[in-house]
Amino acid sequence: MKIRHSTSSGQDKIELQMTPMIDIVFQLLVFFIMLFKVVSMEGDFNIKMPQASPSTTQNIEPDSNTYTLFLSDGGFYQVNGPGDRTTTRQRVGLRLNDNDYNSFPDVNREIASLLESVAGPGSGRDDSAEIELEFEDTVIYENVIGAITAVSGYQDKNGNIIKLIEKIRFAAPNGPGPVINE
Amino acid sequence: MRLAGKTKTEVMEGDLTPMIDMTFQLIAFFMVLINFSESEQEETVQLPDSSLAKPADQPFDHPLIIHMDQENRAILHGLRMPIGGLGPYLTKEIRSLEIRHGVGPESATVIIRAHRLSQAGRVQELIKKCQEFGFENFALRAIENVDAVKYTVPPN
Repeated sequence: MKIRHSTSSGQDKIELQMTPMIDIVFQLLVFFIMLFKVVSMEGDFNIKMPQASPSTTQNIEPDSNTYTLFLSDGGFYQVNGPGDRTTTRQRVGLRLNDNDYNSFPDVNREIASLLESVAGPGSGRDDSAEIELEFEDTVIYENVIGAITAVSGYQDKNGNIIKLIEKIRFAAPNGPGPVINE
Repeated sequence: MRLAGKTKTEVMEGDLTPMIDMTFQLIAFFMVLINFSESEQEETVQLPDSSLAKPADQPFDHPLIIHMDQENRAILHGLRMPIGGLGPYLTKEIRSLEIRHGVGPESATVIIRAHRLSQAGRVQELIKKCQEFGFENFALRAIENVDAVKYTVPPN
């Protein structure tokens, strides 16, 4: 009986072709790199505004802890940025409780001093304090956010954020506001 | 004349295993970070900066994101429309909330991503429109910018 032997003496080494796998892996990598987008972190200012029928409108009686900040449109201007970039900004008139201010930092300082005069120095936030934001119809959203930021808090010398007023509500848009000093 | 024979050429084989490992690491990195959701971002909307706009610790339970572009048009799920035309879409969202989660619009949070140059009066109009349909919770979105103006009260 003739027994057939295999011609190769040792075991056959099976070699896997890695090249196509590397090609596909690079394709996938390029796909995900193209789709990847770096976005800035976004934060929120929360507002709770339940629907109120006209007959049940709450008559909020102004007290020492209720402030009113009025923003008026002072016109647009261009700011030169890096390179040839220009940014459109809007001047805004600020009136806090019948007093006029030129900038948001001024409003921020005034709110902080008002709250500290009520609750004591360094106390910052007064939970009972409320502020009503009124603004002309054409005031831009950026300035409303600036106003909310100005009344919401400040940073002390240690870098800690001290909160000022958390209860912020919107009022209906109003007529002409304070004159802007040019 | 004796000619020198062919010299043996050796093939240099580089080990590609570390490179493949790094490539898989990169793929895993991008796969984890990638976000196919388009509703949260709208490239035409440039948000204002705020140093106090901190991201929420927890995501909202039932968020509804409405964008507003520079021309004061509302953008919902990629559709641009005037604020007055939001009604049917808000109704659809409310129905979806009721069917999927069993909650009403008072439990949802409307996240407003308005362009920095859009009119605040229109933002208020948008809020009022949503209020007509029962939404009560709103969030005005801004970009967290640690380099923005930080109000520092001077020491007394």
